[in-house]
Amino acid sequence: MSADRTHDQGSPRRLAPAPVLELDPLLDDPTTRIVVCCGSGGVGKTTTAAALGLRAAERGRKVVVLTIDPARRLAQSMGIDSLDNTPRRVKGVEGDGELHAMMLDMKRTFDEIVEAHADPDRAAAILGNPFYQSLSAGFAGTQEYMAMEKLGQLRARDEWDLIVVDTPPSRSALDFLDAPKRLGSFLDGKLIRVLLAPAKVGGRAGMKFLNVGMSMMTGALGKLLGGQLLKDVQTFVAAMDSMFGGFRTRADATYKLLQAPGTAFLVVAAPERDALREAAYFVQRLAAEDMPLAGLVLNRVHGSGAAQLSAERALAAAENLEEPGIVDQDGGKAGLRNSPDTHGSSESPASDPEPGAPTETDRTTDADPATHTARTTDTDPATDTDTTADGDADTTGTTGTHTDRATTTDADRTAATEAERAVDDLTAGLLRLHAERMHLLSREQRTRDRFTALHPEVAVTEVAALPGDVHDLMGLRDIGNRLATERPELPEAADA
Amino acid sequence: MSRLQVVSGKGGTGKTTVAAALALALATAGKRTLLVEVEGRQGIAQLFETEALPYEERKIAVASGGGEVYALAIDPELALLDYLQMFYKLGGAGRALKKLGAIDFATTIAPGLRDVLLTGKACEAVRRKDRDGRFVYDYVVMDAPPTGRVTRFLNVNDEVAGLARIGPIHNQAQAVMRVLKSPETAVHLVTLLEEMPVQETADGIAELRAAKLPVGRVIVNMVRPEVLDEDRLELVRTVTRSSVARSLSTAGLGGARRGGRAERLVDPLLKQAEEYAERYALEQEQRAVLGELGLPSHELPLLAEGMDLAGLYQLATELRKQGIA
Repeated sequence: MSADRTHDQGSPRRLAPAPVLELDPLLDDPTTRIVVCCGSGGVGKTTTAAALGLRAAERGRKVVVLTIDPARRLAQSMGIDSLDNTPRRVKGVEGDGELHAMMLDMKRTFDEIVEAHADPDRAAAILGNPFYQSLSAGFAGTQEYMAMEKLGQLRARDEWDLIVVDTPPSRSALDFLDAPKRLGSFLDGKLIRVLLAPAKVGGRAGMKFLNVGMSMMTGALGKLLGGQLLKDVQTFVAAMDSMFGGFRTRADATYKLLQAPGTAFLVVAAPERDALREAAYFVQRLAAEDMPLAGLVLNRVHGSGAAQLSAERALAAAENLEEPGIVDQDGGKAGLRNSPDTHGSSESPASDPEPGAPTETDRTTDADPATHTARTTDTDPATDTDTTADGDADTTGTTGTHTDRATTTDADRTAATEAERAVDDLTAGLLRLHAERMHLLSREQRTRDRFTALHPEVAVTEVAALPGDVHDLMGLRDIGNRLATERPELPEAADA
Repeated sequence: MSRLQVVSGKGGTGKTTVAAALALALATAGKRTLLVEVEGRQGIAQLFETEALPYEERKIAVASGGGEVYALAIDPELALLDYLQMFYKLGGAGRALKKLGAIDFATTIAPGLRDVLLTGKACEAVRRKDRDGRFVYDYVVMDAPPTGRVTRFLNVNDEVAGLARIGPIHNQAQAVMRVLKSPETAVHLVTLLEEMPVQETADGIAELRAAKLPVGRVIVNMVRPEVLDEDRLELVRTVTRSSVARSLSTAGLGGARRGGRAERLVDPLLKQAEEYAERYALEQEQRAVLGELGLPSHELPLLAEGMDLAGLYQLATELRKQGIA
């Protein structure tokens, strides 16, 4: 097969390719009101959320990005020194749209709920309760719950066309769906009722057993946690009593909001085994919960413009270049380089490839046609030339069979050889680097294939890996472009 | 060498892998280590390619030299029931508590309690002795929560002190803190040579130090091999395309002439080298930042074939070679 760039047009995958996730239509659609970015930690979720928010804003929408725990740099990349619980407008956004960004302050959000739902005295009592203080700041699920709460609030205000929400950093992407329910059911649940008024529960049929054990149980809890903690909890519960129903209802309402047609979930992952496994779980879970999945964002995908060259051939070629190099250390072999100008010595450097690189002939001395005279093998230590010539003949079937070799004066030859050796050495490095890249590509491809096999219906967009981090709006914009349009070049099957 | 080795790190840095490799590395010469998981993710089971771990200590690997690695996935609910059983002989009442959701409540909602139970279990394993008075485990390695949460997780005393001012949980928290703040413990942070994880590592160290928790080492994971050194990177900037094309051709990759197969490789290969150079410079910067932290630091290679059991042993060998174990 010719080394054609088929990898540019399509992906020669072993599996049927996953459908492509088109993000612009999703972001542009006025009925899209909420985009939730979820995925396991360390896959670039927050950056993806910010980049999508910026893109949507620059395509004319009024957007707010709710991040949970952004790295300082990400906030700075949006020109905001620190994000807080209030949406702040991001400057430098092009076009008619607006981008606002905020960071969830879970304690503040919790406090606001209390303040909104209790009279001032009672609110003060709750806010001052030690149990409340720990609960609002410490409980791992609080963050997830409050993220949902905040999302509900933002949506209710109806000030924005689009809310892009990032999910809390957790080991498992699923925590985000489970925690709000858990907290809601605790705050509204049986145990709280028991603590509040054991008699009520005990009065019901079938709960006799519990009633019997009740005093013992509260006693045990009291002993375990210390009586004073239990008292704090009871005081807290009493003060919050009127709000409990509210918590459940709110948690349920937000959950429903996530199932509504205006919501789109994006699962973010990197082409790594663990991250894609989490992503697969999440896809299943969303389906089970009737939550609308838009697709998978696959971050940090690698590509190669030289995918036609397999890792194996690159390594073999690197060895080819490195081996004669060692022998060449001896001065006597200086200049002994097989210069496979297979197109013949008649070709002048001017006709040789480089428009716009006139300086190169200065540096590459052996390119001077004057020095290109046929070199007789009897002056060569034959082994070197044979090796390289053989290699050449093996692999360059389309090229001529004769090779020209440079003859130079000793001094020139030494200089030229050193330069050549350095270039060979570099080229060997380039080839090794390429081999590494190709190994990475095939590993990524395997993990992607595994995901596609499990979920062939999930649309995927791939974002090429960036060497560095994002520092400004430009960087976010670039990621937005990659998210919506660019495709990294995909590796071709084995060899070209 | 501290007997409780806590491993944390930003999400995605491979801290479970490093914790497991460390447990293997420490299990030399007949030593026995316990690898503890606290987040119910079954990461250890996946890594060692076994079925999900129950809430019991179970041998999962034999290290070179006859050492043994045990693993335990701590389930906070079961830990609490254990605990209640131990102190109160609750029996049926324990089940009633569970039914009511009190166990859920206590382990999930009551802040800090869950963490006391998790760290408490690990500390118990550290102190446990057999009949002859020898430690059952030479080392306990804990796969801890991520950097952002680890200080809070370990600093249970502060968390619980304000809530449970007396009672067994209070006492338990005190006992746990005595171990965690002693030289018996070392908290290691896993990072990558990237900006955000390094920043988070620096922040995490500051937090740990402020809480007077013993910071151990920085372990840089997934370090890419150096393929092009400084000299070569310098040359990448000045080298002519045609000389690289000729060199590729010499190596047997086709014609160097314009449009030839070797020639067409030049641009993409040089582009990859530029990307490499950019990353190389960033990595050097991050190394310098890590250097300023003033902690012993180790580097583990990126495994070309991805992470598997063989790779885990390879990383353990590497840790041993670097004198961490």
